[in-house]
Amino acid sequence: MSVPLLRAVDLKISFDGVLAADGVNLDIHEDEFVAIIGPNGAGKTTFLNLCTGYVRPSAGGVFIGGREITRLSPRQITRTGIARAFQLPQLFAEHTIYENVLIAIAARKGFWSAFSTLSDPVYAEEAGALMDLVGLGGIAHLRPVEISEGMRKLADIALAMALKPRLLLLDEPTSGVSASEKFGLMETIVGALRAEKVTALFVEHDMEIVRRFADRVVVWNQGQVVATGTAEEVLNDPYVKENVVGVA
Amino acid sequence: MPILVTALFLLFVALLPIAVPWLQFVFTLALAHGLAALGVALLLRAGLISLGHATFYAIGAYTTAYLSTHLGVTDFFVLLMASVVVAAIFGVAIGAFMVRYRSIFFAMLNLAVSMIVFAILAKFYGLTGGTDGMRVAAPTILGMELERATFGRVLFYSVIGMLVAVLILAGRYLQSPLGQALSAVHTNEVRLEYLGVSVNRVLLCAYTISAALAGLGGAVGGMAIGHVVPELAYWTASGHLVLVAVLGGIGGVVGPLMGSIFIELVHTFATGYASGAWNLIVGVALLLVVFFMPQGLYGLVARLGSKKKAMS
Repeated sequence: MSVPLLRAVDLKISFDGVLAADGVNLDIHEDEFVAIIGPNGAGKTTFLNLCTGYVRPSAGGVFIGGREITRLSPRQITRTGIARAFQLPQLFAEHTIYENVLIAIAARKGFWSAFSTLSDPVYAEEAGALMDLVGLGGIAHLRPVEISEGMRKLADIALAMALKPRLLLLDEPTSGVSASEKFGLMETIVGALRAEKVTALFVEHDMEIVRRFADRVVVWNQGQVVATGTAEEVLNDPYVKENVVGVA
Repeated sequence: MPILVTALFLLFVALLPIAVPWLQFVFTLALAHGLAALGVALLLRAGLISLGHATFYAIGAYTTAYLSTHLGVTDFFVLLMASVVVAAIFGVAIGAFMVRYRSIFFAMLNLAVSMIVFAILAKFYGLTGGTDGMRVAAPTILGMELERATFGRVLFYSVIGMLVAVLILAGRYLQSPLGQALSAVHTNEVRLEYLGVSVNRVLLCAYTISAALAGLGGAVGGMAIGHVVPELAYWTASGHLVLVAVLGGIGGVVGPLMGSIFIELVHTFATGYASGAWNLIVGVALLLVVFFMPQGLYGLVARLGSKKKAMS
């Protein structure tokens, strides 16, 4: 068996005495598209925070490709190949969407290339291709405040993709998006990720999205992984049906 | 458009003293302050207000004074370079501490450091001349000794020439990924960290550049007046730099220089014709800018220019 791309080993963390991760063990393998489901407060976003260095566990460890990253900062972890898209899109409000992507590309190439400018062709070609990949080519000149939440989500993902990550963590990629837009948005996201061969782990509350797009589902409850398997297996599990899906 | 505005501004500044010679000294000082204000404006792009940047202006001025008085260095270009380098070194050292802080803490810590520097300059008599300050002899240019008046003219046009280079480099810096990251810090520091960028390094780079610019301004100011005093580092001098940067606008690199020339002209005429009302006039001018020209003088000029372009 190959080394998992992401491995969490016995992760523990609590906030004010409430366990948000209680001995979590989880492996994510190359090219998987894994969904995390669970009720609010189960510890799903905390897991993403632990993997990206936003919070540090009181015990246990996180490994990427066999290398421990538990004590690294978010910036250092990003450099190991983990990118993140947020529940509330994190964009640069004063820049256009195109400039946002340019900044992300420049960040990957090295911000210290002080004698290049963002208008250099070296950035423009890649930015254009990335914008097209996530379907934002037509709104490149607009600022985040001028576009819909769904587009902001895509832009946020484009920023993460600009880093050419090995693993992308997505926190509720369809939250705040209308029901009619959700599936189209997910198809765009999944299409882009598959095209770039990026492994993904996403937190999701919509079971139809999970059923349609996840290769594997991990069920979270009270800071623990309580079930894992294909969407069919997990969503038909009586425990999951009663304790998770019913309240997710 | 920015190039045109900058070119016209520099032309105005360079030519007006030919008709009104006494403006040459006023403009030299204004440009010296403008250089320091440009440094302050860089930090303003990242949302950081420094209430202590006169520290670096004073460091530049005192470096020039000390080298010329105590070490016998007289060459104009060597003095300028040395002042920039010393101010930049202090910028790295102080900045490494400052860039960990934001908002009011950043502003107040800068103010605190400037007051410490002010006290050192005032108390270390043997080194700095204490409250009397230090004299700056007119430097030589390529080995030539010039009369004060001739040197003043050479200094003024040298500053204009340097400004061309400084503005090109500053513009290039702001267009670079590193410069663009400054406003990105202002709007979303978290995202920048999650792009793998060290926000503190981005800010330290800006802080050092801003200190170097202030040091250059200080050297020019010291040479123009021929004397340096501890008050150059006083917190009100730092406040003046922030005022100039905001008044001129941070949208374009020439903005703070415009602000500095404007405020120096207002100061000169107000003290001449309404000496008791100088502060009132500046206060009203600032209110007008805040309410009606949030982008500062540069924003106003750029807006008028684009309107004219749209109409033609």
